[in-house]
Amino acid sequence: MSKIQASFQRLQAAGRKALIPFITAGDPDPALTVPLMHALVEGGADVIELGVPFSDPMADGPTIQRASERALAKGMSLRKVLGLVREFRQTDTDTPVVLMGYANPIEAMGQGAFIEAAVAAGVDGVLVVDYPPQECVEFSTAAKAAGLDPIFLLAPTSLDERFAEVARAGSGYIYYVSLKGVTGSASIDLDEVAQRIPQIRAAVGLPVGVGFGIRDAESARCIGELADGVVIGSRIIEEIENSAPDQVTVRVRDFIRGIRSALDQIGETAR
Amino acid sequence: MQMADTPYPFPDASGHFGPYGGVFVAETLIPALDELRVAYEAASRDPAFIAEYEYELAHYVGRPSPIYHARRWSDMLGGAQIYLKREDLNHTGAHKVNNCIGQALLARRMGKPRVIAETGAGQHGVASATVAARYGMECVVYMGAEDVKRQAANVYRMKLLGATVVPVESGSRTLKDALNEAMRDWVTNIGNTFYIIGTVAGPHPYPVMVRDFQTVIGKECKVQMAEMAGRQPDYVIACVGGGSNAIGIFHPYLDVPGVKLVGVEAAGDGIDTGRHAAPLTANAKAGVLHGNRTYLMQDEDGQIIETHSISAGLDYPGVGPEHAWLKDSERAEYVAVTDAEALAAFHTLCRTEGIIPALESSHALAQAAKLAPQLGRDKILLVNLSGRGDKDMHTVAERSGIRF
Repeated sequence: MSKIQASFQRLQAAGRKALIPFITAGDPDPALTVPLMHALVEGGADVIELGVPFSDPMADGPTIQRASERALAKGMSLRKVLGLVREFRQTDTDTPVVLMGYANPIEAMGQGAFIEAAVAAGVDGVLVVDYPPQECVEFSTAAKAAGLDPIFLLAPTSLDERFAEVARAGSGYIYYVSLKGVTGSASIDLDEVAQRIPQIRAAVGLPVGVGFGIRDAESARCIGELADGVVIGSRIIEEIENSAPDQVTVRVRDFIRGIRSALDQIGETAR
Repeated sequence: MQMADTPYPFPDASGHFGPYGGVFVAETLIPALDELRVAYEAASRDPAFIAEYEYELAHYVGRPSPIYHARRWSDMLGGAQIYLKREDLNHTGAHKVNNCIGQALLARRMGKPRVIAETGAGQHGVASATVAARYGMECVVYMGAEDVKRQAANVYRMKLLGATVVPVESGSRTLKDALNEAMRDWVTNIGNTFYIIGTVAGPHPYPVMVRDFQTVIGKECKVQMAEMAGRQPDYVIACVGGGSNAIGIFHPYLDVPGVKLVGVEAAGDGIDTGRHAAPLTANAKAGVLHGNRTYLMQDEDGQIIETHSISAGLDYPGVGPEHAWLKDSERAEYVAVTDAEALAAFHTLCRTEGIIPALESSHALAQAAKLAPQLGRDKILLVNLSGRGDKDMHTVAERSGIRF
């Protein structure tokens, strides 16, 4: 069983929801990434999505684009991201780490070489935004075989036949994009999410994390009541942007703590 | 529209040209591309749609565009005879409008009242704004902030035509960033919006759809060359940025033996300087960008690098996936000419034939000027003069140290 699966099972047994924060590796500085990852765990993160910066982040809104540009300006690269994960693993062997990014840096390294290096570094899952299941059959098969969970997106616009394709190719969890648009967009249609999550869970048989547009404790709690996990990204990047370097880990930890306690209230009212 | 009369099997059903092409986009765009593919397949088999497209090309664009035998220039070069396919004489001044008419008619058929486009030099933006005005659609054009500054006249032209021009401040603030931003708009407004991509790149079905709308160029050439020269050319030469004018003139010649196809990329300051926009000629590594797998200008970490060309229309780090395939399969040959060589050809054509060519097309002309003297007078070169150079006055004047 993969580390990601084990995490979701433990949470489910405890009646808790997964908190999945996203940060871009190398933003605001490569030296701060590992401390930020530890701060996320301290704040209550269950899985960390670590963004691999790319020059042309087509699916991202302005906030994550800026994070990507800052990281690239500091010389971040896919190989260096793997180095940061290796460093994080020296003191945290438990928290699953998922790399999230675009296809081209992986293509440049070579799919096979990437999978091998990622597993060796201690990466648990990979979400490649512009690798839909039908375009990465070899990659997702090889990743799975190597113990790297290929994680796929589903969207409000996805048709039911798409669920089966994602079920075949994916493992770990499903990342449900809660709105039309790019990361960091404004509003979530809760009714829509409430209707789709059970359908996806039933069809795909994987836990469902929901992201895009979750900005605070209240929206996290609303989504948490419907889904297995909550992904929060742009709002953390804004916290990073607005913090002095010596304050950034504390502020991010405290922000995540707020979300964590909102999510944990769900469990308590249910119990 | 093209597939019925040729055995050429590309792209396959999922949009692949060998290892290139495909649908490399985020899940949020997949349903929109499925909808587009189904709508296009139906339209391209509908005689009423084809008839309306052809009517518009004849009466609005002014097709067929003529072929012109550049006798004075050919004599001066002292070798092969050069014929020019005059896409510069189209309404809006370039081949881009052929495709925009087709996609706007398709948008109308799909019930989408809003069109968006990306543009580099502004030619595709102007063509999109033109057809949007013609069919009464809202039009938003994304343009890199750097290009907005460089191409002020075209920005004003788009505004005159009723379009909204959005300067894009992210990344290198050029064409590729405008494309990223247009994709972001599309994903947000999928219900009412049609994205008019200007070249034979992007996710399937764009490369095949844009190709089909541009093959009118090559189909006309086959008829016109038989009439004018009594035979087909020995070489067909076209510039390649994304590659839509080249695919348009190459495609009907793919199955004609003995016709050599030459794509001319932008060598910028020179291939060996690294400052160019010639991924095919420089044998760049293949990768994934803007929804398709193709040859890409990138660094060793897979980040897309800035390209350089005097011609904004060729200043793009990728190339249409079908060109990648035609290179690998050796059906077409790809070369590159520098800014300086293109400029020299630009001036020569102005002085010798009284035609001001676009800087993009000047790359194809420069290759013809290299090739013609090596060949006998009985040989024929057909060059796609894909656009007129009025838009480039500013750039050329600046290079000559002249300020208006």
